[in-house]
Amino acid sequence: MRIGIPRESRQGETLVAATPTTAGQLQALGYEVVVERGAGTAAAQPDDAFEAAGIRVTDAEEVWSSDVVVKVDAPTPDEIWRLRAGSTVVSLMAPARSPKLIEQLQAQRVTGLAMDAVPRISRAQAMDVLSSMANVAGYRAVVEAAHAFGRQFTGQVTAAGKVPPARVFVVGAGVAGLAAIGAAGSMGAIVRAFDVRPEVAEQVESMGAEFVTVEMEQEVSSDGYAKEMTADQEAATAAMYDEEARNADIVITTALIPGRPAPRLITADTVAAMRTGSVIVDMAAANGGNVELTRADEEVVTDNLVTILGYTDLAGRLAAQTSQLYGTNVVNLLKLMTPGKDGELVLDLDDVVVRGITVTRDGETMWPPPPVQVSAAPVAAEPAAVPVAQEPPKPPDPRRKWYAAGLAAVLFALVAAYSPPDFLGHFTVFALAVFVGYYVISNVAHALHTPLMSETNAISGIILVGGILQVGSDNTVVTVLALIAVLVASINIFGGFLVTLRMLEMFRKD
Amino acid sequence: MSDFLTSERLPGLIQAAYIIAGILFIGALAGLSKHETAKRGNLFGMAGMGLALLATLVLAARNSQYGDQRPLGVTLALILVAMLVGGSIGAWRARTVEMTGMPELVAMLHSFVGLAAVLVGYNSWIELHDLGGSDTVHDVEVFVGVFIGAVTFTGSIVAWAKLSGRMTSSPLMLPGRHLLNLAILVASTALAVWFVADDGDTALVPLLVMTALALVLGFHLVAAIGGGDMPVVVSMLNSYSGWAAAAAGFMLSNDLLIITGSLVGSSGAILSYIMCTAMNRSFVSVIAGGFGSDGALSGEARDYGEHREITADETAELLADAKSVMITPGYGMAVAQAQYPVAEMTKKLRERGVEVRFGIHPVAGRLPGHMNVLLAEARVPYDIVLEMDEVNGDFAHTDVVLVIGANDTVNPAALEEPGSPIAGMPVLEVWHAKEVVVFKRSMATGYAGVQNPLFFKENSRMLFGDAKERVDDIVRALG
Repeated sequence: MRIGIPRESRQGETLVAATPTTAGQLQALGYEVVVERGAGTAAAQPDDAFEAAGIRVTDAEEVWSSDVVVKVDAPTPDEIWRLRAGSTVVSLMAPARSPKLIEQLQAQRVTGLAMDAVPRISRAQAMDVLSSMANVAGYRAVVEAAHAFGRQFTGQVTAAGKVPPARVFVVGAGVAGLAAIGAAGSMGAIVRAFDVRPEVAEQVESMGAEFVTVEMEQEVSSDGYAKEMTADQEAATAAMYDEEARNADIVITTALIPGRPAPRLITADTVAAMRTGSVIVDMAAANGGNVELTRADEEVVTDNLVTILGYTDLAGRLAAQTSQLYGTNVVNLLKLMTPGKDGELVLDLDDVVVRGITVTRDGETMWPPPPVQVSAAPVAAEPAAVPVAQEPPKPPDPRRKWYAAGLAAVLFALVAAYSPPDFLGHFTVFALAVFVGYYVISNVAHALHTPLMSETNAISGIILVGGILQVGSDNTVVTVLALIAVLVASINIFGGFLVTLRMLEMFRKD
Repeated sequence: MSDFLTSERLPGLIQAAYIIAGILFIGALAGLSKHETAKRGNLFGMAGMGLALLATLVLAARNSQYGDQRPLGVTLALILVAMLVGGSIGAWRARTVEMTGMPELVAMLHSFVGLAAVLVGYNSWIELHDLGGSDTVHDVEVFVGVFIGAVTFTGSIVAWAKLSGRMTSSPLMLPGRHLLNLAILVASTALAVWFVADDGDTALVPLLVMTALALVLGFHLVAAIGGGDMPVVVSMLNSYSGWAAAAAGFMLSNDLLIITGSLVGSSGAILSYIMCTAMNRSFVSVIAGGFGSDGALSGEARDYGEHREITADETAELLADAKSVMITPGYGMAVAQAQYPVAEMTKKLRERGVEVRFGIHPVAGRLPGHMNVLLAEARVPYDIVLEMDEVNGDFAHTDVVLVIGANDTVNPAALEEPGSPIAGMPVLEVWHAKEVVVFKRSMATGYAGVQNPLFFKENSRMLFGDAKERVDDIVRALG
């Protein structure tokens, strides 16, 4: 089958759906790959780089008549018109918000695969373009903020005075939020972050930021996305946003609720109360924005000189990187859908990943797919199972030990009363030696268990003493047996000590 | 000369030598608890042994001056020849043994103590019997000494055979095996009563029968225990060999033997206890045997999803980019003899400034402390080889964990699945690290026969193949 990579038609789009590397990987799966002339130029992937990788560069006609067309943005009506009936198109589609697109694909009898509809399950992470792009965008958001911010991020004490570190507040700890936390933190800023899902606190902290909490009941997400909150929660949260934003130099908002406009989190009042020179990057600008004053794709400067960046093409601003990641996500998807590695695309609708992204097939609408349940907090669902397991075993009655010890003492006293004094003397030695052994060994270093074992082994060769004393007997049987005992015990003594020595020689410190 | 040997001051002198030897042995064991003092400890042990042997030779010489004993020269010559032969065998084994073969050597050495204890026990009875004497306490001491010695003897031989692969390491499961053990114990007690009551030559019969039974018991006890429980078994046999020596001390009225035997006995018992705690299992359940199987999946079969693979080159890249790396080796590393390439990889990574540490589970390998000895052999500095408790809190800050030939000791099911056969066993919590690479020959289960959910975690990847070859590949890729 032939895969076509067209040039993106949207104004200002810099991305391309394949790089020479990923196109080569697609060819390794058995496909023939063709790339439209100039498709990768804006992403620093020139035509000759494709050709050098053995990919044919051709005109739009041939690309659009391919069996599979892979692009970044959803195809426009004109582009859908150019697709062959029965072919497949792979791209971002936002199917929940694009009924017209679905209708058109259906009419054209084209199979539509939406890269942005990959279910959020572990296995599908390698194909999740939203994660890939959010990751890049989160990083870029910090770079844009740093660019607009009139100060350094890192704190310093210099001869010219003290430079305080920038305070960054990140709203939403999804992929984009975590990437922003990481980037801001590594530039030296003090980072605080909030998310309505309390279970991500650990991830936030692992990136080096402080997790802001709001005192209230919170829900655990069951589908990997955040949910909207109740009125009470909203009031408490709003107060927190206000306070955190006022204290921050940089605010980066990433809050999105799938299928709905972005929640309004930072009011105009809050912005008005922020320090002069502060910067807000609203990563939800494309969906209406988390900040009241955001205008998509624009830089807004308020009266008190707070800059609000509403760029929606943050990922596209790192075109080479994003194209490479997008291309790799595509390769991973096609790996899954090309089980024979023979260049034949197989649409296995029993696979939840394939089912999830299939929007249309053969003139049939497949959207929406059945829901897939996942969560970042699987533990939260499980505690129900734990109480079923038997109740913890009762700790043994501590008194039992004392009873046993008392009983042993009484028994021993009885035995002692009837034993010869000679035996008792030996027994005293025995009992004391046992306890000395116990306390001497209790704190032995783990690493030395083997040498300790061979050492005790050598020492227990002391049985040799018994043998030596018996050799002198005039009973031949005794002498022979004693000699054997002496012989094997000597193996023990010499072998044990020498091997211990050899091992200890090996242990060395740096 | 004979004046010296018959001097009445001599017994006191010998006793003093014995006491000093006993103190030196205590010093030896105490010294071996720390790296810094370990070598001194071993020297103490040697000195103590030398002193004890010298004193005993003098005592033997003194004995030859009295009563029905062989002439002094003959006795000394016989002893020295036997010691020379035994000593050279021991020295030869100690010099040539491979560090991976340590478990076998230790097990074999235990069997010698057991055998010696049996022989000394018989001799002790024959000697007293020849004199026409009979003493209840002495009889009991002989009986107990021979019993423990015999169990140690065959038990150690089976352990050695299992460890050296001459016997299958899977547990021998006879029907009613607990009853069999119990029956032997009961029968032996009955025989003891007969033996004590009988003052004639026929008393040899119960002693011989009991010896045979004890030999069977030792064989069966250890045969029923699987290969992975060997650390416990070896230290348990170590303990037995000590008790056997202590019993010999009782019958010979020799305090040095008693002191030394009980030191070894109690230290072995504690080691076994430490091992059992490390597996969260009771001592009885390990000794009763039958745990673990070969490859059969026990516990509920669950679908954990798919595992992902990684190549050696990718692993090398991962390692080169990491700031901190933790290596958790298991028995598989010993089997593949991978300790040298692992050490070389460690050296290369450390030269690049990567922090490399080792996390050792208490029951990794087939002998307590086995991994430490292997790594020491390959010249990995011991201060980067850490215990489980020291590293478990650090995994969250570790970039890459390499699991080399370990399985059950890194199994999250022990903590997460209450129904798992290894539930509650403390494990190395490697899955908290950013990336985990598992070296494994195949997807087969570990010793406990339990599937390992670690392999299916999002942050773990499998590197299949022989551990040594794969590590070699990584070393090459690191250049």
